[in-house]
This record gives sequence, C-alpha cells and structure tokens, in this order.
Amino acid sequence: MALSVPAIMRTTAARLSALYFLLFALCAVLLVFYMTSLSARMLTAQTQETINDEVLGLARAYQRGGLPVLVRVVEARSRQPGANLYLIADANGQILTGNVQSLAPGVIETEGWTTEPFSYQRFGEGELERQRNQAPDQTTPPAGENETQSEGEKGHNAIALVLRLPNQMIMLVGRDLGEPERFRAVIRRALMLALGMMGLGGLLIWFFVGRAALKRIDSVSEASRRIMGGDLTGRLPVTGAGDEFDRLSENLNAMLARIAKLNEGLKQVSDNIAHDLKTPLTRLRNRAEATLAGRQKTPDYRQALESTIAESDQLIKTFNAILMISRLEAGYSSETTSPVDLAAAVRDVVELYEPVAEEAGVTIETSVEEDFAVNGNRELIGQALSNIVDNAIKYSTDATTKPSVRVALQRIDREVRLSVTDNGQGIPDDADRARVTERFVRLEKSRSQPGSGLGLSLAKAIMTFHKGRLDLLPANPGLSVIMSFPARENQ
Amino acid sequence: MLMPATQSQSEIAYNGSMKILVIEDDREAADYLQKAFAEAGHTAHVAGDGETGFALADAGDYDVMVVDRMMPRRDGLSVIAGLRSRGNTTPVLILSALGEVDDRVTGLRAGGDDYLTKPYAFSELLARVEVLNRRASAREAETVYRVGDLELDRLSHSVRRAAREITLQPREFRLLEYLMRHAGQVVTRTMLLENVWDYHFDPQTNVIDVHVSRLRGKIEKGFDKPILHTVRGAGYMLKGG
Repeated sequence: MALSVPAIMRTTAARLSALYFLLFALCAVLLVFYMTSLSARMLTAQTQETINDEVLGLARAYQRGGLPVLVRVVEARSRQPGANLYLIADANGQILTGNVQSLAPGVIETEGWTTEPFSYQRFGEGELERQRNQAPDQTTPPAGENETQSEGEKGHNAIALVLRLPNQMIMLVGRDLGEPERFRAVIRRALMLALGMMGLGGLLIWFFVGRAALKRIDSVSEASRRIMGGDLTGRLPVTGAGDEFDRLSENLNAMLARIAKLNEGLKQVSDNIAHDLKTPLTRLRNRAEATLAGRQKTPDYRQALESTIAESDQLIKTFNAILMISRLEAGYSSETTSPVDLAAAVRDVVELYEPVAEEAGVTIETSVEEDFAVNGNRELIGQALSNIVDNAIKYSTDATTKPSVRVALQRIDREVRLSVTDNGQGIPDDADRARVTERFVRLEKSRSQPGSGLGLSLAKAIMTFHKGRLDLLPANPGLSVIMSFPARENQ
Repeated sequence: MLMPATQSQSEIAYNGSMKILVIEDDREAADYLQKAFAEAGHTAHVAGDGETGFALADAGDYDVMVVDRMMPRRDGLSVIAGLRSRGNTTPVLILSALGEVDDRVTGLRAGGDDYLTKPYAFSELLARVEVLNRRASAREAETVYRVGDLELDRLSHSVRRAAREITLQPREFRLLEYLMRHAGQVVTRTMLLENVWDYHFDPQTNVIDVHVSRLRGKIEKGFDKPILHTVRGAGYMLKGG
C-alpha cells in the first residue's frame, strides 16, 4: 500500500508512535534537567566543603604567624598546579597577593559565600591562552584578541568564600567550577543520543503496532464494509490467537449471527404475512365487490357485511398475535412476573375448554401431582396453555380410538413440566415437529382447520419469555406438547 | 363497520342515551367515533388533545369517557390521574395502540375502568362503554337480579325461572350473574372471558359460545320464551320478554 505522508499520519499507528515519541522526549529532557541541577548542587556543596577545609588551614597559619605566614602559605599554595583560587586584598579591594588576576566586580565587597558563581581570570592565564590561540595561526587579527579575552573572562566560573581579616584586609578562597561549556556539551551529546534512540524506538513501535496489530483492525473494518455491502453471511476473521482482536471479532460475529437470525425471522414473518394475510384480505375484497355487483336484497347485504366483520376480526386477532410474539421476543418487561399457580391455571383452562371438548367428543383428563407455583405471568401462561389445549382437542378428533386429551403437571428435578398429550395422529415426521412452532407454519393436513398458525409460535415465545422450553414429542399415538418451567428457588 | 351499531340499536332496548366524551388526537378516528356513537343513540363530544379533554371533562357532566393513551400536550393517563385527583369519578375506557399486559395494568392503575387495544371493533367499544355507563352500574349493590321471569340470588347462589329451580355449575352461575347484571346491554365474548374467567386474551376457538349455549340450554329449555339472545357481530344480551 503506497501511502502519502499525510495518509500515514492519519493511521493510528503513526499517531500513537508520534505521541509516544513526544512523551518520552519530554521525559528525557526533564530528566536531564533534573540531573543537571542536582549534580550542580552536589558539586557546589562539595566545593564549599573543600574551601572550608582550606580556610581552616589558612586560619591555623594565621594564628601561627599572623599575616606574613598567611601570605607565604597563600603564595605557596597559589603556585601549585590545579590550585584553588586565593586572593588577599587590602581594605579597599586592591589585590595584594594570590593567583587571581581579575574578578567580576563586587565579588569581594560582601563577606561570606558568593551567592552565585562568578567569573574571574587567573594570573598568566590570559597570556597563555593568547599564545595558544595565536600559535597555529599567526595572522589572526587583533579582533581575535578581544574575543579570546572576553571568552577567558566568561570562561571560568568559581564560587568562593570572602573573609575579612582582623586587620580589615580581605581574603578570598575559591574554587573553579570547571568549564560549564564542556559540561553543557556532554549533556547536549547525551540528550541527542537519547532522543536519537527514542526516535528509533518510535519507528519500531510504529512498525510493530502498525504492521502487526493495526493491520488486523484494517481487516476487521474491511470485513465489516463487505458485510454492510449486503453480505450478512460474511464473518470477521478470527486468527485463533485468543487476543483482544479475536475476542472483538468473536463478539462482532455473534452479533452478526443474531442480526442475521432476527433478519431472517423478520423476512420470514413478512413473507408469511404477505402469504397468510393476502388470502383473507383478497377474500374480503372479492366478497365486497361481488355484493356490490350483484342485485342483492337487503338481507344479502347484511349477510355480506357480517361475514366481512367476522373476517376482519380474524385478521385483527392474527395481527395481535404477531404483535404479541414480536414483543415477547423483543423482551417483555419483567415487572409483570409474579408467582403463578400452575395447578390453578390447568384447572381454569381445562374448565374453559371442557364444553368445547365435550361437543367434539373428546374427553379431557387432568393429572396434577401437587400445587406448583412458577414465576411468570398468569395471562401469558393461560394463553399458551389454552392454545396448546385448543390444538390438542382439534387434532385428537382423528384418533383411531376414543379421542382424549391428557393434561399433566409434574415436577422433574429442577423443572416443572406441564404436558398436554392427545391421542390423535400426531406429527410423525421429526422435521415437521420441529417446524410447527415457527410462525405461520401449518402442516398440509391442518390447512383446512381454522386457526392462524400462530398458536404454537405464541406458546413458544411465551415459554422463552418464562426462561423455559416448549418441546414437542411423539406420544405414540398422538403428540405430547411439554411446557417446561424452571422451578422456583424456594420449592 | 357502522352496521352492527345500527343493528344493535334496532335490537336493544337502551337504558337511555349517554353523554360521552371522546379524547382522541386522531381526527379521523374521533369523527368516526362521534358519528358511530350518534347512530347508536348517544351524544359524543370530541377533544383533540389532552389539555382540552381535561378541561372539558372537568367542566362537563359526562356519563363515560373514551380516552386515547398517547396524545400531544398531555397523555391520556395523566388526564385520567388528574381528573381522579380532582374527585371526578366518571368511568373511563382507555384506548391504546399498546397492548401489553403491563399497559393494561398501568392504565387501570392510573384510574381507568376498562382498556381496549387498537385495532378494535366498534361493537366491542360500544358494548364496553354501555356497560361502563355509571347510571347503569347501580346494580352492583343489588343482591337479587331479576330479568323477566328469571331470578338470581347472589347470596344464596340460587337461580330460578318462573319459580322453577335451575341448578348451575359455579362458572355458569358467574356467567349468568354477569349477564344479568348487564341485562339489556350487549356483552361481548372478550368481556365475558375477562369478567368471568379473568383472562384477557382471544381464545382461538370460540370457547365462550359453547359455555353460553350450555347456559342457554339450562335457562331456556322447557320455557317457551328465549331470554338469552345472540347479537350477531357483537355478543350476547340477556333480555326479558
């Protein structure tokens, strides 16, 4: 991938690397400054200690022999190589002896430690430097002289202790702080080296983060673009490394699977609505048209309108059932759950359907082991059970023996099972049995029976809402529909 | 849709015309209700939003109110709660596009007396509104209901017709009790399921019809006059000759 510089800077890798680099550089600079000031302070303290020792020695010399001895000692020490700075001046600041040729003004006027490093020049030093500078290039113009001079003056910094001797003369003992230029150069070099290494580190981070890790984010966004393009079956790549990217991809894939499933459900429902509602709507319309076209008498109109109303009511029922299923599947509010007495629900529903069963020549028997309460919604459970009982009565009528429906309530382990078993033809085919709880699925032989084909789907949605299951098992003969509820904790 | 209303008008002896307040923001639906109520022999006033509805209800003396739940300016539940807190006890039927169990519970808790989900059949709405009519609900307190020669004693749980004792199952008794309390009014199948069985769903098969025809067999068999009538497209009505 050929990228321009601004394009590279737009990548997270480059931005992260740049950010890290800046942060580290800032840290390094701060660290260097801190170290510098720390070592400068330590150096000063050390120097002051040395000077103190020196002054003690000189004080002893003074006590031994007064000013002459002191001057002798100072002169002797001044001449030693790498000596400290010594200076004795009269009360007016006129230099009498020592190895200091000139000082920054005002240094010896106040007694005690100099508060800041001051610049000075030793005896003979100016000459030496001048000679050293002139030696390689004799043609250096006098301007260079001034330059060296000023450089020399600035070049040496020292700190010193200024004392007033009993005879009002001034003595200064000091120590050179070394060449700050050199010190700064060392620091600068260290800093440059550190920054260089950090720059290299930044590039390495960019390389690894950018190439190895962020490339995977690119592949994820690439895959999502493809999926957005309409291919809902597409999935994000999972490398199997089990890292954050894999987890992200796995979660997104699970989300995609859920969306695809919902989408599938939606598509199926709209297909089914189109199919199952189009028929009654067309019938409705045709009847109205036929009634209008013919030469009808008033009672005929009335009859046509009455059947129109009946048909519309059926349509409304179907719509309500579809709506209810969608709401249950979307997650009904849990506020509506409370302990529901299943035995009472069985009694109510059986009592409700008993006359219908009797008319159809079907006997209903119930077997309720004991009173069970489950957490749920009485209305919904009643509706699910009545749908199932309704079906059982309808489909037991084709039984070879005396048609009967058996409603049983029992507890098995952690589950409360409510089963409705008929002795009709059942659904022998496993695939068909699995399919009938889908919306609008009506097996061919039941097409002639009244009903929307939503009864079992609604029962299933209701069981899902109750965190239970709806199972269809062959009962030989017949079909057993089992509602399994999780038992309540305190039972 | 207007036909069942006029039809029932011709068949039912009203216990008077009602003054109804319809609070509904859907102009078309409100106009339809106004017209349909008029055809059923009632007077209906329409308010297009919650604030207007509240003001009208607070000022006027209505027999029943029909209130839509979701409206601009002030929602239906707030209107009802406001009226109740001002001591207004006019029966209210809540209309709603939401049909979950919770919605009915919250609606009734806010002070509504009945709840109907859109889309609904006008015959259902009319039947419920007529049952809610406060001038008709005085029967709650009576201990003995009489319709024609049929008599139901709520205390001794006995039923007799023309001095002949009729034995009923407990559920049949409750069914007859409800029908007799609302004698002369249309009672729909869902109203029976709600009030006699305490279930609010639509049974797939018309189980209620079978229960009613059983009851009819018991209270009409051996008597020459029918007393429990079927109102086509609407429900049932108990009416003495």
